Amino acid sequence: MALTFDANIDFDTNKVLWDEVIPGGNHWSGLMRRGTALRLTDLSGSANLSALFYNAEDKLERYNMPDTLKAQHTAFLTKSHVCYSDMGRVMASIISDSVGWHDTICGVTDATMIQAQYGESSYQTHRNNLFRNGKDSLLIELAKHGLGKRDLTPTVNFFSKIMPDDAGNLSFVPNNSKLGNTVDIRFDMNVLLVVSAAPHPLDTKTVYAPSAVKLSAWHAGIADADDVCRMSCPQNSRGFVNTERYYL
Amino acid sequence: MIVESMLNPASAVLDQVCDAGDPWMAEVKKGQIFRILDLEGNQAVDTLFYSASNPEERYSAVDTIARQRQLYLTTGSVLYSSEGNTMLTIVADTCGRHDTLGGACSAESNTTRYDLAKRPMHSCRDSFMHALNHCECAANMSKRDITANINFFMNVPVTADGTLSFADGISGAGKYVEMRAEMDVIVLISNCPQLNNPCNAYNPTPVRLLVWNNS
Repeated sequence: MALTFDANIDFDTNKVLWDEVIPGGNHWSGLMRRGTALRLTDLSGSANLSALFYNAEDKLERYNMPDTLKAQHTAFLTKSHVCYSDMGRVMASIISDSVGWHDTICGVTDATMIQAQYGESSYQTHRNNLFRNGKDSLLIELAKHGLGKRDLTPTVNFFSKIMPDDAGNLSFVPNNSKLGNTVDIRFDMNVLLVVSAAPHPLDTKTVYAPSAVKLSAWHAGIADADDVCRMSCPQNSRGFVNTERYYL
Repeated sequence: MIVESMLNPASAVLDQVCDAGDPWMAEVKKGQIFRILDLEGNQAVDTLFYSASNPEERYSAVDTIARQRQLYLTTGSVLYSSEGNTMLTIVADTCGRHDTLGGACSAESNTTRYDLAKRPMHSCRDSFMHALNHCECAANMSKRDITANINFFMNVPVTADGTLSFADGISGAGKYVEMRAEMDVIVLISNCPQLNNPCNAYNPTPVRLLVWNNS
């Protein structure tokens, strides 16, 4: 599928219900109801926002990376792609995107990786500038909702790009996202969203200074009949039918 | 990389056949060698591994991919756990490439991928559920523990532009992959029953599973 860049996305700031800035490295979780949307904005460039999605009413249903990739024959996400649950339903849709490639296959950093790459840090010495890692951050947020390590699935790493070659070797693409780049995610189910803004595991930087990401929520409404994500492939059309049957 | 094994099936301590569409679950001890043999060719073997002492620690596709910066598995590949530990190392492989991204088919994903009416067809995740319901070594495990699996013998190429496809298999009758357990592991297999794409050459067939003691 060709990359679709939305250089000048029409976005009515008057419709924003709330903003929340996730400081670089920090973590957040919250309920996003069906029909709401979030604009993610990269506040200083080269951001990474690792995200997990659970059905808020039945958290055993959650984002499934392989189902998402094979239904849409893609190894990355951009505009017109959706995130599938393990129950064949569309959980969330990328309705616009000025980045072009969001990684799905590399997961997150852990404490050992962060210390090896960026050095020692702790709250005692660094206060709130300590070097948070993706895994422990997500586990903190998951624990607030009764979830744990068994529930930690592969993440969507918004703003990050990994390039495969023909032999399957992967390389990190630096500066994939620029200051001010955005991606808009519509929630097609009532979703528990869990995020970490810690660095991508293949990021090559040696100084810990991850970008902050702004979340801006608005009412986007549910996918209509000619929705770009619904119409992007027959698989997605069927996925939306499964989601709609769930909410009858 | 194609590397053949010197091990003789006559000296295996376990030698079983798993029919097409069946699950298989067993424990492999640290140091033992575990072989999956594609008896008739082009048969996807959906496989998950768990630490036998703490199944909360399990094979992690994203750790395996990111830590080796490599999408495919073959001789020399390490299968990493969710805790970043080495679970198994592939020590022989006569197929050459195994998939980390395709996951397991399910009744629900078949409805989106093929047709809403495909839901009744048998699937890997139904086999996983059946195994967890019946195997002693699956005590306290449930759907929460079914994560992104390895598809041995399955060919899912990804191109530089990020396109992912299910291509015709590169395996053949008698090809095998062999791995050394670096910790005590529980192996959970679904011998894939998928009939809607070429992952099993539209004809699912049995596989043979062998274990040798370290000697």
